[in-house]
Amino acid sequence: MVITQGEAVFRAEGLTKVYRLGDVEVHALRGIDLMLYAGEFVVLLGPSGSGKSTLLNILGGLDVPSAGHVWYHGEDLTAAGDAQLTQFRRDHVGFVFQFYNLIPSLTARENVAIVTDIAPHPMPPEDALGLVGLRERLDHFPAQLSGGEQQRVAIARAIAKRPVVLLCDEPTGALDSATGTHVLQALEQVNATLGTTTVVITHNVDIARMAHRVLTMADGRIVREAVNAERLAAKELRW
Amino acid sequence: MKAIHRKALRDLWHMRGQALAIALVIASGIAMLVMSRATLDSLVDTRDRLYADYRFADLWAQVQRAPESLAGRVAQLPGVAEVETRLIAGAKLEVPGFGEPVEAVVQSLPDQGEPVQNRLYLRAGRALTPHADDELLVSDSFAQAHRLVPGDRLRVTLRGRTQWFTVVGTAVSPEHVYQIKPGAMFPDYQRYAIVWMGRRAMAAALDMNGAFNQITARLAPGASEADTLAAVDQVLARAGSRGAHGRMDQLSYRFLYEEFRQLGTMTRVFPAIFLGVAAFLLNVVFTRLVGAQRDQVAILKAFGYRTADVVLHYALIVSLIGLAGSALGVAAGAWLGTQLAQMYQLYFRFPFLHYQIGASVVAIGVAVSLLAALAGAGRAVLAAAAEPVASAMRPPAPARFRRALLERLLPRRSLTQPLRIILRQIERQPLRAALTVTGLAFAGAIMMMARFQDSSINHMVELAYRLSQQHDLSATFTELRPARAAHELGALPGVRKVEGIRQVPVRLRHENHSLKTAIEGLRPGGVLRRPINDRRQPVDIPADGLVLNDYLARRLGVTVGDTVWVEVLEGRRAWAQLPVAHLVRDHVGLAAYVNLDALNRALGDGDVISGVLLTVEDGQEAAVFHELDRRPGVLGAGSRLASVEALYRSIAQMTGLFMWISILMGGIINFGVVYNSARIALAERGRELASLRVLGFTEGEVATILLGELAVLVALSIPLSFAVGYGLSWYLASNLQSDLYRVPVHIPASAYAFAALTTVVSAVLSGLAVRERIHHLDLIGVLKTRE
Repeated sequence: MVITQGEAVFRAEGLTKVYRLGDVEVHALRGIDLMLYAGEFVVLLGPSGSGKSTLLNILGGLDVPSAGHVWYHGEDLTAAGDAQLTQFRRDHVGFVFQFYNLIPSLTARENVAIVTDIAPHPMPPEDALGLVGLRERLDHFPAQLSGGEQQRVAIARAIAKRPVVLLCDEPTGALDSATGTHVLQALEQVNATLGTTTVVITHNVDIARMAHRVLTMADGRIVREAVNAERLAAKELRW
Repeated sequence: MKAIHRKALRDLWHMRGQALAIALVIASGIAMLVMSRATLDSLVDTRDRLYADYRFADLWAQVQRAPESLAGRVAQLPGVAEVETRLIAGAKLEVPGFGEPVEAVVQSLPDQGEPVQNRLYLRAGRALTPHADDELLVSDSFAQAHRLVPGDRLRVTLRGRTQWFTVVGTAVSPEHVYQIKPGAMFPDYQRYAIVWMGRRAMAAALDMNGAFNQITARLAPGASEADTLAAVDQVLARAGSRGAHGRMDQLSYRFLYEEFRQLGTMTRVFPAIFLGVAAFLLNVVFTRLVGAQRDQVAILKAFGYRTADVVLHYALIVSLIGLAGSALGVAAGAWLGTQLAQMYQLYFRFPFLHYQIGASVVAIGVAVSLLAALAGAGRAVLAAAAEPVASAMRPPAPARFRRALLERLLPRRSLTQPLRIILRQIERQPLRAALTVTGLAFAGAIMMMARFQDSSINHMVELAYRLSQQHDLSATFTELRPARAAHELGALPGVRKVEGIRQVPVRLRHENHSLKTAIEGLRPGGVLRRPINDRRQPVDIPADGLVLNDYLARRLGVTVGDTVWVEVLEGRRAWAQLPVAHLVRDHVGLAAYVNLDALNRALGDGDVISGVLLTVEDGQEAAVFHELDRRPGVLGAGSRLASVEALYRSIAQMTGLFMWISILMGGIINFGVVYNSARIALAERGRELASLRVLGFTEGEVATILLGELAVLVALSIPLSFAVGYGLSWYLASNLQSDLYRVPVHIPASAYAFAALTTVVSAVLSGLAVRERIHHLDLIGVLKTRE
């Protein structure tokens, strides 16, 4: 699929999500309307429980909304079944999570390979790890890597399939400033070189300065949208 | 290799301890299956080949004396394919250097060439020289027991005539694969022999020139056995036939049949228990393994792995465990099978053994173990794979707990906090707790079974040979003798007491039931042979009527007060109609008892006996034995003590192997369940337990919470294992019932104690192995990692 810069990748209308956690009913999303464009770097800001992760999960086909619709390149994801969502994730989406979610029994290279094994047009795992500066750590197990390195493996794993969209849920949340900067540089590079639409969830207002566009969420709604007239490079960020 | 396969292998390595414990349980089940199935198949195949190749007869009929011409008439009956006549007689043997007399059955062989039916397999030496009258062949088991080799000499007393013979060879016959004296429970190769001699020499000794006293036949294909037996009986009636019988009444055939039937039961029951427990273990282990990998499953799915891929991934891990267990089980089963087959060779004197492990046995074993493994793990894997990805990525909601039942019943302050945790944990997952208790109960039950065979068979011997029989020596006459013969023997020096008895071969009939057996005529007030009732009290022989053992009564469909037709299968073949007066409980044979005087009156034979029972003074047994043996009118004499000792030896040999296998396998199951349960509990609750340590609990207190739960489950399993063990023993015993013997369910207190003790010891060992891990709980890590 060839996507030109500026084409709408995602369109969401009236997204609502209610789920139960034990005995508690949580209204995670309360009617979200949203457009995401090809090649965009979008930061989602907001406090805990504002619905950022739920939105990201629905965009990535990990979860389905209680009401509303999401279209991916014109196809209604909310009408898709489990098999179609699986195929969607397999072909188009890369995920990065706050706690890396590496498989502890596999090395860095193998953690990437577990995705490239099933992707239609992947890059070699070594190249993906090279992009995030880990070419020297290919055969290390997660337990032998620092937090930042583990997160970079997770990014390599997410981009190795050359996804159309990269969805990152607090990728720097568990990292110190210097390490976090490394990780953001990797994301920045992927966005720039591969043209991957990138959505990053964060609490960290400073990180928002590297985005094309910043969406702020509160209580299940998007309360503010801002376009950065001038973006900072990741290496210029400090927090 | 794909990354996901690497993950499977690494996961397997990571859980190797638990995987090994499960594989061992699976291996136990498969070993049991392969061992019993391969042994059974090999024995059945060997038996069938022997019967076919050595032309085992289909029909036997014994007569007092019949002219050779009568055989021609039998041969012409429809349904009879071929007949062969021969001579058969009881004899006494004297083996130089062996102090006791030996009872033997002597069968004639054609003077020229091989017999047509029941051919002999010559194990050592050579066949008889044509027309030789001083040569004989002996059964190989007897030869082995006395270390006889061709060239040795034996003294044979046949019909009162004694002669020295040379053993020229040892042989095995399809008729005597199980070489046992009629009425005995186990073979005694030292005191009972089969001997073959030339027809001419034997006819001369028996005065049977031109005549026969046994005819054997093979049936034409498709012929009805029952019709042919009836027709043969008609032809032979006037020759003093005892009634023709088929293979099912041929002692050796029948023993093999019953033994193989029992082995068949074992091949079903034991592997089912082991594989059932293995499936349960896999279920528990995989529920927890997959539960712990919940987020990994979610990641795989997030990146586009299908539910089917995830299921296959775990199926691969499970299959590898199942295959390892199968491989180990097949190897162990094959080895144990050879041991078992060798043990059976001691009793079933097959000349050869076609030991084979059929591909089908292995295939069944592997398929069954994989099925058990996949069935066990399937639920857990499917549940995990079906969980929506997004919810799997969230931390699990705290498990729902509530106050335990016991807490609600007891005063509020009577339970400590750790005890509350233990009780709530058990109550929160009642199914898992129930399965754990069940698994442990089966392990304990198998330990009980290990002791059941041994103790029950010993108990049976105790009842049959110690309680019911009180004599020291017994003697059988060559023919009926006047009752005063007993007094003559009673007058021998060293004899304390003597009682005459009479055994008569009969057929008992009631309505459409009919059974061949023997009636024992006993003197009222006799003490040396006394039937016992189900309360183990001796029953007095009534003046009239039959005393039947309860199993025989069931087979005939009669109870006290009913009337039984008695057809005597010797002499004038008299008929009598006798009421059933009492039921007794005999565990061996199909005995019926009657008042000796009433028996003699009914048969019109006068006051006669067929043998005597004696008690002797201490130290006089050998002398009296020798004196009895010397008398030409005495066919054979036996020592009760010697037979009982031989019996115990046989039982120990036969049940010993089974016992050790059962103990080993019960232990494996027990360890498998306890160790796995503890490891799982530790893995699931590592955070909670480490948190308690951080809060200041000691290692001992934390161990109490973890292992206390298991201790409660182990304690609950013990009474259940008693019930399961008794049930399984009862099931086995009911399958061991046959006309030959009935094994009572006798489980001594020691067997219960043994099962409980092994369960506790095994649980403690498993607990110690896990306690060591509590020591290594990561107290800092638990505070850092995410929930």
